[in-house]
Amino acid sequence: MELTGAEITIRCLQEEGVEYVFGYPGGAVLFIYDELFKQEQVKHVLVRHEQAAVHAADGYARSTDKVGVALVTSGPGVTNAVTGIATAYMDSIPLVVISGQVPTSYIGEDAFQEVDTVGITRPCVKHNFLVKDVRDIASTMKKAFYLAKSGRPGPVLVDIPKDVSQQKTEYSYPATVNIRSYTPQTHGDIGQIKRAAQLLLEAKRPMVYAGGGVVLSDASKQLTELVRLLGVPCTNTLMGLGGYPADDRQFVGMLGMHGTYEANLGMQNCDVLLAVGARFDDRVIGNVGHFNSVPRKIIHIDIDPASISKRVKVDVPIVGDVAHVLADLLSVLNSSKQKPDAAALKDWWKQIDEWRAANSLAYKNSSEVIKPQYVIEQLHKLTHGDAFVTSDVGQHQMWAAQYYGFNHPRRWINSGGLGTMGFGLPAAMGVQLAHPGAPVACVTGEGSIQMNIQELSTCKQYQLPIKIIALNNRYLGMVRQWQEFFHGNRYSHSYMDALPDFVKLAEAYGHVGILVEKPSDVEGALKEAFARKDELVFLDFRTDMTENVYPMVPGGKGLSEVILAEDL
Amino acid sequence: MRHIISLLMENEAGALSRVAGLFSARGYNIESLNVAPTEDPTMSRMTIVTSGSDEVIEQINKQLNKLVDVVSVMDLSDGDHIERELMLVKVHATGEAREELKRIADIFRGRIIDVSDKTYTIELTGSGSKLDSFLQAIDHSLILETVRTGASGIGRGDRILKL
Ligand SMILES: Cc1cc2nc3c(=O)[nH]c(=O)nc-3n(C[C@H](O)[C@H](O)[C@H](O)COP(=O)(O)OP(=O)(O)OC[C@H]3O[C@@H](n4cnc5c(N)ncnc54)[C@H](O)[C@@H]3O)c2cc1C
Ligand SMILES: Cc1ncc(C[n+]2csc(CCOP(=O)(O)OP(=O)(O)O)c2C)c(N)n1
Ligand SMILES: [Mg+2]
Repeated sequence: MELTGAEITIRCLQEEGVEYVFGYPGGAVLFIYDELFKQEQVKHVLVRHEQAAVHAADGYARSTDKVGVALVTSGPGVTNAVTGIATAYMDSIPLVVISGQVPTSYIGEDAFQEVDTVGITRPCVKHNFLVKDVRDIASTMKKAFYLAKSGRPGPVLVDIPKDVSQQKTEYSYPATVNIRSYTPQTHGDIGQIKRAAQLLLEAKRPMVYAGGGVVLSDASKQLTELVRLLGVPCTNTLMGLGGYPADDRQFVGMLGMHGTYEANLGMQNCDVLLAVGARFDDRVIGNVGHFNSVPRKIIHIDIDPASISKRVKVDVPIVGDVAHVLADLLSVLNSSKQKPDAAALKDWWKQIDEWRAANSLAYKNSSEVIKPQYVIEQLHKLTHGDAFVTSDVGQHQMWAAQYYGFNHPRRWINSGGLGTMGFGLPAAMGVQLAHPGAPVACVTGEGSIQMNIQELSTCKQYQLPIKIIALNNRYLGMVRQWQEFFHGNRYSHSYMDALPDFVKLAEAYGHVGILVEKPSDVEGALKEAFARKDELVFLDFRTDMTENVYPMVPGGKGLSEVILAEDL
Repeated sequence: MRHIISLLMENEAGALSRVAGLFSARGYNIESLNVAPTEDPTMSRMTIVTSGSDEVIEQINKQLNKLVDVVSVMDLSDGDHIERELMLVKVHATGEAREELKRIADIFRGRIIDVSDKTYTIELTGSGSKLDSFLQAIDHSLILETVRTGASGIGRGDRILKL
């Protein structure tokens, strides 16, 4: 039987087992929306802004191991979606974004709501397609899902002109997909893995640095086993948090710009570094020259060869999927007669513990003013470190990362690479839909939340009982902190004046709002919020206006050139 | 260092802009770039001449390989290879210069492929430096226009870039 392009598009989503599509209708996607209407298997979530559709699909993907799906119309629908797509691209999140396009015969004529979607999104997608023939929709959708999820994941965009969605053709969904020019390598070279094992066994000061690749590969189990077997310290990047249990003794905390003292000094001073699914980002390594000034051997496991030796030259590159490579590495180590150098490790841990004793995350609590760190600690306590925590971008993001203590992967959902304010609330919607009944907290700032605040309406429509933890310091705090440190206390446009009454705002959208001004009320307010299982609660915590995030390695500095809280 | 990189890619709309976009987005140099379909109409062959440190060239190769439309990549400069470039030069050719231009073209094994009473169009193939030398050898003021394809390259002997 012949089906229209729109019907085929929806059939493909059904074939892929897609549960939710996050989207917003418009002229170019009307036929597709018509088909959505006629079926029930794929549920559509109507957001209030296309950026939020993509972030919600992204949050859904990050908290599961599935592909997130968004649907937007041509022109402004697409341009609104671009920030979301770029956010997913930077953090390697698998998405399929379907966009409508003007009819093929209009393309290039500056038609109403025409933009060069494939051109605009090209630099921020893993791949994109413009489908000009209805007979290509099914195979293109199959490729899109395969590309999004395999190898180094990423967003894939499929642009479908309106006439193509209306035309008919015979439908069958391809059972397999083969792209001759695309063959990601999943298994690492065994010779390299043996070299890595040897280096790790001979190391005197070994260190494991694990990133988002561990989470994306669902390889926490293998990582944990390896770190325990070797008896080495393990640090996570911002994107890797939860990849190794935070409450484990061998975990030395996050590293990088706002990493712990022990993680950064361990990184700087180790003699063998095992980098696992991490990309030596500038917020992690700081000054590359400074980092390279200390000799060490580096082993790097990554599925993307281009991540290897990009910023830091490595000695043992291993291209492959973390889960596979770690499994092979474990079996090499387990069958080796040689054991790690216990005496050297003992000295190394002694050194690490000395750094740890600096207690770099200590802060001075107050009975007068709410300290943001305290709120996160209380959140951890109340949710037993088991909640899904999404965040926006700024100081609150760093405090959430530092003080929540993630013991499981896919619980910490944040925009690391692009640093997109406005990510937190829509991402939480995707997370909550993927995990109905699970506690979902969105840690945000009064600046960030206003970048996608309209989604409170979506939350009402779909009854998403998210807990919004706003650390309201009345400042674009991260900007204010940089101005204090590096721009002579000139707080140029970082004060958030004319803030709305968030309690009333939450109420206006049909939710519950609670204002919290005293430290002694923090615990109770959190309890009340989480006790309201079926309601979205907006907690407006008035926090210390001028609290800073410590430790801090200023941009361009070396990992040991760190500012600690007590230095000031 | 100068590198000549050859690649096979899907003959798809937009494939060229993915390569060109990669070079501009990441700030890599392009000295020249040319592309045309191969004997297999589903594939195009592209030759890029670029320059950069070893690290940059390594990244260029990896980033090119990462593009979904790129089938395979070979850095021809890694081994024995042949490079050729085609140039068409239109020159003002009257009086004494007419003979002289013909003579120089012969020395460089160029061919005159179009003639008018005032002009010659000379076709010349060779390495980029040979083409440069030709341009230096003739009176600069006589050059009306030059068109160059940029280098194309192929590995010697068994060095073959295939699917
Ligand atoms: C305000 C702010 C402050 C920040 N401060 C810090 C900080 O202090 N510390 C910090 O760490 N970050 C910080 N970041 C985040 C930083 O910008 C980067 O996003 C982050 O460090 C990158 O993490 P990652 O190296 O784990 O790489 P990711 O971006 O998570 O990349 C994953 C890597 O793993 C690879 N990979 C993916 N899947 C697989 C697989 N299956 N198998 C093998 N490999 C795979 C990918 O190819 C890639 O190389 C900050 C961000 C913001 C917004
Ligand atoms: C879309 C966007 N615009 C600007 C920035 C730059 N920026 C980074 S953090 C920050 C301040 C965020 O303020 P707030 O949400 O109140 O968080 P706080 O730092 O105060 O916790 C800004 C403006 C950004 N990351 N994203
Ligand atoms: Mg703020």
